Amino acid sequence: MTLEEKQQEIVEEFAVFDDWMDKYEYIIELGKDLPLISDDKKTDDRLIEGCQSRVWLETDVVDGKMQFTADSDAIITKGIIGLLIQVMNNEDPKTIATADLHFIREIGLQEHLSPTRANGLLSMVQKMKLSALKAAAV
Amino acid sequence: MAEEKTIAFDVESIREQFPTLSQQVYGKDLVYLDNGATSQKPKVVIDAIGHYYTLENSNIHRGVHFLSQQATEHYEHARKVIQQYINAPLEEEVLFTSGTTAGINLVAFSYGELLSEGDEIIISAMEHHSNIVPWQILCERKGCILKVIPMNEHGELMMDAYSNLLSHRTKLVAVTHISNTLGTINPVKEITRMAHEQGAVVLIDGAQSIQHMTVDVQELDCDFYAFSGHKVFGPTGVGILYGKKAILDKMPPYQGGGDMIEKVTFEKTTYNGLPHKFEAGTPNISGGIGLGVAFEFLSGLDMDEVEHYEKELATYAEKELLKLDGMRLIGTAKEKTSVVSFIVEGLHPFDIGTLLDKQGIAVRTGHHCTQPVMDFFKIPGTVRASFAFYNTMAEVDILVKGVERSINMLR
Ligand SMILES: Cc1ncc(COP(=O)(O)O)c(C=O)c1O
Repeated sequence: MTLEEKQQEIVEEFAVFDDWMDKYEYIIELGKDLPLISDDKKTDDRLIEGCQSRVWLETDVVDGKMQFTADSDAIITKGIIGLLIQVMNNEDPKTIATADLHFIREIGLQEHLSPTRANGLLSMVQKMKLSALKAAAV
Repeated sequence: MAEEKTIAFDVESIREQFPTLSQQVYGKDLVYLDNGATSQKPKVVIDAIGHYYTLENSNIHRGVHFLSQQATEHYEHARKVIQQYINAPLEEEVLFTSGTTAGINLVAFSYGELLSEGDEIIISAMEHHSNIVPWQILCERKGCILKVIPMNEHGELMMDAYSNLLSHRTKLVAVTHISNTLGTINPVKEITRMAHEQGAVVLIDGAQSIQHMTVDVQELDCDFYAFSGHKVFGPTGVGILYGKKAILDKMPPYQGGGDMIEKVTFEKTTYNGLPHKFEAGTPNISGGIGLGVAFEFLSGLDMDEVEHYEKELATYAEKELLKLDGMRLIGTAKEKTSVVSFIVEGLHPFDIGTLLDKQGIAVRTGHHCTQPVMDFFKIPGTVRASFAFYNTMAEVDILVKGVERSINMLR
């Protein structure tokens, strides 16, 4: 699946929810399912300090594809991280660096990526793109 | 149940005067419990601002023309209304600022000019960042020493420790009247009396008290009292710093510009008298007028009744919330009001706040600009419901149900 197809798939998944709480119920389940970063890896260099919730991000390049693992102390943040990783994992660095993550807007979660929200997610996406840019340069 | 509660006054008729309250968000009736951050505005205030810009807009204190004179009169009328409300002895002791933060910075900068190396400033462990950082900057600038009154695990200031901190070296004490995070009502009258015994001046951060209780600056005997208009049903971008004339007279100007001067030459400038000495430049005219109207509105209420009713709201909320599994209240002082801060074991405040929002309930989550308080309790933040007199017992029920639902979803 291309990055675009993955985004479409999520948009369709979310189309069934007409109630906000149902939507969040689903996000929370995603958050609970997301593999954790072990505590000993939650070091400062992986930490993205948000005002409200904290996010840890690990980046890897395997066989030329980007691999992300991330975690947060807040479950909703984690659920959204889960969606972002679903879309961004196993992609070329170049694709990530230039990706327009429009699905977030389309499923109504743009508030979580607004600069005023300060939950670390916006910085996380920026870091993901930055590491992809670096990987693309080598 | 909510129905059994006696309602001290007619909340419904008060609510009708606040247009923002009667709307839906996410298809749910809005339950606004973020009054500690900012309050909603009664229609009279909104109308006064609209009226000002529609018909009265003009610069003040400078024009010979009709509109300017009229605007000046209305702006100065607001000052008088506020003077009477807080029982300041003199009109010129009531300075317009842009808010609490601006008022505290004014004192820190200007009164700070009178301090010297080794002088001590005392604040408390529960201060808002805006009553911490200005003093740190002053200490940096002047070589003063900052001391902090500790608190106990209920969120009450330790008065014995305060007494021990005080000495002839203490030059200024700056404490909050009510903690925005814990709801603690501090004994500011006693704090002031003790500081005065050592010859220190006292600034009270009134950002969270002016809207909840009768404030009489003469009774408190404080030297400065600062608050924000937007938290007391007035507009944003305007606030008040009350200061005793004898002290304000000794203080150098804070900012230079128009209005604050008497005579300017390139060789020497002489300054205008109070309050203008501290009000350089064109002020927030519509804001000042709107704030005056907010205080006229408040004057129509019985503040003792308001205080009693809000206390009832907060007490009921605490009682009901404590029935939920894993609930922990942050801030359990004997003297507290209007603020209910909590965390739920194993859950992040941000998650609870987000789910409450989607149920139409506006609360605040995070550190509430009091990071040292979070460090003290070793928590990342709290969920904070903060009440105003227009909130209802039924809204408390909605909050508690909302929290319960959120907990169930997150567990
Ligand atoms: C206790 C306290 N002090 C100071 C402030 C700062 O007020 P403002 O941002 O309106 O200047 C606040 C606002 O949250 C507060 O609660």
